[in-house]
Amino acid sequence: MLLLLHWFGQYSCCLAGCIVSLHVDPVICEAHTGVLYTELSPQECLPSLVLIPTRPRLFSVCRNEDLKEMLESSKESLKLEAMKRIVGLIAKGKNASELFPAVVKNVASKNIELKKLVYVYLVRYAEEQQDLALLSISTFQRALKDPNQFIRASALRVLSSIRVPIIVPIMMLAIKEAAADLSPYVRKTSAHAIQKLFSLDADQKEQLIEVIEKLLKDKSTLVAGSVVMAFEEVCPDRIDLIHKNYRKLCNLLVDVEEWGQVVIISMLTRYARTQFTSPWKENNEKAFYESDSEEKKGHTEEKPYIMDPDHRLLLRNTKPLLQSRNTAVVMSVAQLYWHLAPKHEVSIVTKSLVRLLRSHREVQYIVLQNIATMSIQRKGMFEPFMKSFYVRSTDATHIKTLKLEILTNLANEANISTILREFQTYVKSQDKAFAAATIQAIGRCATNISEVTDTCLNGLVLLLSNRDETVVAESVVVIKKLLQTQPTQHSEIIKHMAKLFDNITVPMARASILWLIGEYCERVPKIAPDVLRKMAKSFTAEEDIVKLQTVNLAAKLYLTNSKQTKLLTQYILNLGKYDQNYDIRDRTRFIRQLIVPSEKSGALNKYARRILLAPKPAPVLESSFKDRDRFQLGTLSHSLNSKATGYQELSDWPAVAPDQSVRNVEIIEASGSDSEEESSESEKTSSDSGKSSSGSEQSSSESELEQKKKKKTKKVPQKKSKPTAADRYSEIPAVYRCVCLLEGPVTTSSFGPVKTYELLHHMTGKGLAAKYHFPRQPCLYQPSMVAVQVILSNSSDHSLEEIHIGDRSPASLSIHCFNTIERLEPEASVTVSMGIDFSDSTQAANFQLCTKEDQFSVSIQPAVGELLMPSSMTEQDFCKEQGKLQGMNETSATITMETANASSQAISKQVLSVANVGVVSSSQNNFSRFAGRTVSSGALVLVSLELKESSTALLTINTEKTVMASMLLRDIKQALTQA
Amino acid sequence: MIHSLFLINHSGDIFLEKHWKSVISRSVCDYFFEVKEKAVDPENVPPVLQTPHHYLISIYRGKLFFLSVVQTEVPPLFVIEFLHRVADTFQDYFGECSEGVIKDNLVTVYELLEEMLDNGFPLATESNVLKEMIRPPNILRSVVNTLTGGSNVGDTLPTGQLSNVPWRRAGVKYTNNEAYFDVVEEIDAILDKSGTTVFAEIQGVVEACVRLTGMPDLTLSFMNPRLLDDMSFHPCVRFKRWESERVLSFIPPDGNFTLMTYHVSSQNLVAIPVYVKQNINFFETGSCGRLDITIGPKQNMGKTVEGLMVTIHMPKVVLSANLTATQGNYTYDLTTKVLVWDIGKLNPQKLPNLRGSLSMQAGAPKPEENPSLNIDLKIQQLAISGLKVSRLDMYGEKYKPFKGVKYLTKAGKFQVRT
Repeated sequence: MLLLLHWFGQYSCCLAGCIVSLHVDPVICEAHTGVLYTELSPQECLPSLVLIPTRPRLFSVCRNEDLKEMLESSKESLKLEAMKRIVGLIAKGKNASELFPAVVKNVASKNIELKKLVYVYLVRYAEEQQDLALLSISTFQRALKDPNQFIRASALRVLSSIRVPIIVPIMMLAIKEAAADLSPYVRKTSAHAIQKLFSLDADQKEQLIEVIEKLLKDKSTLVAGSVVMAFEEVCPDRIDLIHKNYRKLCNLLVDVEEWGQVVIISMLTRYARTQFTSPWKENNEKAFYESDSEEKKGHTEEKPYIMDPDHRLLLRNTKPLLQSRNTAVVMSVAQLYWHLAPKHEVSIVTKSLVRLLRSHREVQYIVLQNIATMSIQRKGMFEPFMKSFYVRSTDATHIKTLKLEILTNLANEANISTILREFQTYVKSQDKAFAAATIQAIGRCATNISEVTDTCLNGLVLLLSNRDETVVAESVVVIKKLLQTQPTQHSEIIKHMAKLFDNITVPMARASILWLIGEYCERVPKIAPDVLRKMAKSFTAEEDIVKLQTVNLAAKLYLTNSKQTKLLTQYILNLGKYDQNYDIRDRTRFIRQLIVPSEKSGALNKYARRILLAPKPAPVLESSFKDRDRFQLGTLSHSLNSKATGYQELSDWPAVAPDQSVRNVEIIEASGSDSEEESSESEKTSSDSGKSSSGSEQSSSESELEQKKKKKTKKVPQKKSKPTAADRYSEIPAVYRCVCLLEGPVTTSSFGPVKTYELLHHMTGKGLAAKYHFPRQPCLYQPSMVAVQVILSNSSDHSLEEIHIGDRSPASLSIHCFNTIERLEPEASVTVSMGIDFSDSTQAANFQLCTKEDQFSVSIQPAVGELLMPSSMTEQDFCKEQGKLQGMNETSATITMETANASSQAISKQVLSVANVGVVSSSQNNFSRFAGRTVSSGALVLVSLELKESSTALLTINTEKTVMASMLLRDIKQALTQA
Repeated sequence: MIHSLFLINHSGDIFLEKHWKSVISRSVCDYFFEVKEKAVDPENVPPVLQTPHHYLISIYRGKLFFLSVVQTEVPPLFVIEFLHRVADTFQDYFGECSEGVIKDNLVTVYELLEEMLDNGFPLATESNVLKEMIRPPNILRSVVNTLTGGSNVGDTLPTGQLSNVPWRRAGVKYTNNEAYFDVVEEIDAILDKSGTTVFAEIQGVVEACVRLTGMPDLTLSFMNPRLLDDMSFHPCVRFKRWESERVLSFIPPDGNFTLMTYHVSSQNLVAIPVYVKQNINFFETGSCGRLDITIGPKQNMGKTVEGLMVTIHMPKVVLSANLTATQGNYTYDLTTKVLVWDIGKLNPQKLPNLRGSLSMQAGAPKPEENPSLNIDLKIQQLAISGLKVSRLDMYGEKYKPFKGVKYLTKAGKFQVRT
């Protein structure tokens, strides 16, 4: 270290020297050439500006000499010109490293463009010229202390980009300092620098993790994306660092710049898979996730799955990003929903993904790949958009094949005729590779959907007379596969193909025909030997694959019809014995031993017939995207279908959720001791709140905030920063409210045990039973709706199809229906969520629950307490609001409580069981207060309970909704008076 | 993330390379060239390739390949989107994104790339921020720069990067305050032989050109927002407001930008503005064929169809075309086998017709499939979905801006199968 310092001492001296000389030069010029200057300048300027650019072409050998001269001149413009040409050299990939000393001198130049170009050069060549690069370090060290944040940031950026191992300690120091900088921009740069340092020297990992941990706590949206990137690069396994920042990251997400969003979302996807339990119902899941459904079975039967509120928070906050203009963001949200959301919610991403298909060709390619994987598991998701995957003649070939893949995946009994009609046009396409792919697709449809097998087969046979060879060949191959599934009826087709055999030259197709004839030789006893005869003639000229099949055919015929074919077979086996290809020699030898009886061949001979003519299972034609779901969607690995370097597996859901409380954060008040830290804090929060308001809410406050910022002086930051934080609470309802619930002073049991009501009895519902409960979560679909979860179960002995919601009454009733459940197996049940706007009345919502065959009228009548949602409030606010709601708006009653309910905990418990309100912390022991708002109109509902002596109490409800008040009063009274 | 970028021209020369981490030899591109050779048509090169040590992600824009080298797992769309953003930026700066222009402005390009990525992670991609740091070239400035030795690099520091509206630069001033919005809709359709619609949908985009002083806060509302089925927004749009009130509320970037793109709900029937009667025949003998195309107006809401153009990619065997057009003129490119019939304005009284014979290579078999027709058209002052802007309000500034809305309907991927 000492040595190092010594070094720097020396170099900075040199450098200082340089700078001095640079500064002096122009002065001398001016002083000495005052008169001459005007005379000389035309000649001097002209060659430098006009002639010099042409000179290097004439004397390319001394070009660099030339540049060196220019760099050493005293004129800024000459230097700049030289640097521009040097950068041009770098851009073209030519070597300009020998100019390093001349260039590096200019690192401290005053001219910004010159300086930037020098930086470009420095970063490019520092690795090659490490010693000389050190010359520049002191300049950056000085700039790191500059009062201007941009200069600090750019110094750090360049310093950390110089890949010289010797300066690692200096970088480390600079990063640590920058991570604590007041400017979020500099902190962002330091997050980038972390990755650079890590790639230069991985031994610094521990120290860097400390910095990352610190930066993760940062509240600025500028920093969030970059630090998560650093986290992913340096320590992706340290998931524990995320816990405390999880909710903050979720909430900041909308306001982070687009690139950061992608990184954060993919990190949070991984995080969520380790921290939450699976929201997937096992009945849907069994096929794909056998391993963990086993463990969960007992667990889910006991109680319905309730989603961790943090899990919900992530889903809710990422949903708006589906509307992003950045395709990468949309894709990353889509994969997040795919991997994390309950099955019935995944389909909200469909539209957005289909929208991306309008984008550039490359984007289409990636999106289609992902849709292909998704459409295998969930046909229903993309079926309504089937027509968006229709192929145009102008699409690129790989786009066409992907679309074809998806169409094939989507095919079912209902739409197959449409799809086949569409395929008919594709088969005629001028793009023959695509036509061939279409034939394969038809084959797949034919095997998957038995109703159309015959139609497809007939269609394919027609294609055999097509003029194009690839089309015919592909048809042969596909027909072969199809025939294998039902060989009995189709000896005509085999005969037809045997006739075509002479005209087909594509080896794969010839081989397929030979195999078919061999396999079903007993059905075409006359034709088969003749084909073998022809093959014997042309054997030597055939491709290997055809030869192999010829040997097979010969062997099979020998076993079934040895009278006619014995000689032919022997001839072919002899030819094969001396073939150039060892596979064929090998096969020939094997077949000969197997079929021709001789003393050496053992017991196997007896079984030859059973070996060669064993019934063979039909090939399964399946999608090439079948196994792609082992990779996370949207990743490079998924796109390549092989594991890329640095790919992180997505873990399976844990069977039991890890501790949820790790994500709880205490609210830290900004209690700065020294003024500097304070002002940084206020700078941050004000910019934050301004941003979130611009990104999500409330436009008018924007300008006010601006003014506030201007007025703000350094002396009173604390006072100012608080109201802005409070503003945020009121400004951003839906997103933050959930967090407030968890972090703030309001406690609520809204996630506690719930009452379940019956919606439809299985006797009246012909086997379909429905129960519902109010999960007391903010409704996902619309804030004015009450969330209702309905558990549908099938107690009949046949499966129910197309369960959906039909007509409703009153007609104006707005309901957010659940997606149609295509199929519900016997004994299975499924939980769906709905949103109902009750408009703050307890009038029942009537609607029809329909299956494919039947319709059942059902109604949901909410208890008045379910029409509320908790509101966070301090005691003062409560009293203030209560003061405003006197007189008409107050309803009260004196009640006698059950003794068991006398404690304040018991009161809270009872009240919360009846109404979805929040507890307001109270300073007086004999008062219990609760606050809520009605879901639809947001009117305040304040409940207060004053304990009097001998278990009597005064229950007061203040709200402008007087009808609700009296009903609520009755309910609460009932709850408190009964045990 | 992104390790290096190579710009490659049509013929396969690397004319620019930029590395954000250590240098990767350009020989890595050989893998790409191999694939490119095989693919014949540059459009068919797969965007993601794997080599033993690197992954290559490329886009093809304006006859150029932007090839990026990646070493570790990264969402491919992330890179693709970024590369397109780079190409957009070049277009924005130089008016076009071609080899010549990039070579002419090599230094500016290099400076831009330097600012757009740090260590392979996107840093500044907002055009407003970039323009503050590096000024776009124009003739006047380059003359002045040559004489004074000035530079393109802005001497002000980019405040936009820090502000809570990173897309807008601070201190914007105009003498004429104006805000223009173009609602452009494209009809994507596939019609079959008989003229029935196989598939049709409308994609729209609201392009804006806003030149307003200060920090205006705009609210744009539609007469019938229910039409919109799916949309994506510029980051400046407040999504919550849209969710709750169906209005676009935003602080606009300065200059031109795309405010939103949308998709009109597929339940609505899409009006197809023209019908096509076509008859293309290739004869079995005599190696020739006939072609007869007539276009007429259909559902065009009483507006004139303009800029009508028909493009046909003929089969390879068609050697020449001998046609007569009653309106407009046609060209047949012998090398690419593309027949273009430029009609212009559609006159409902006298329908344009193109007919005549096609001569084919002697002895070649008759093509199996008739080529499909790609149709281009424009209808001014009409958004075919019926979307209408109802009003634009401005808050936060005192002056009265000039406001304008323009509608345009175009054919997108409009194909008639024959």
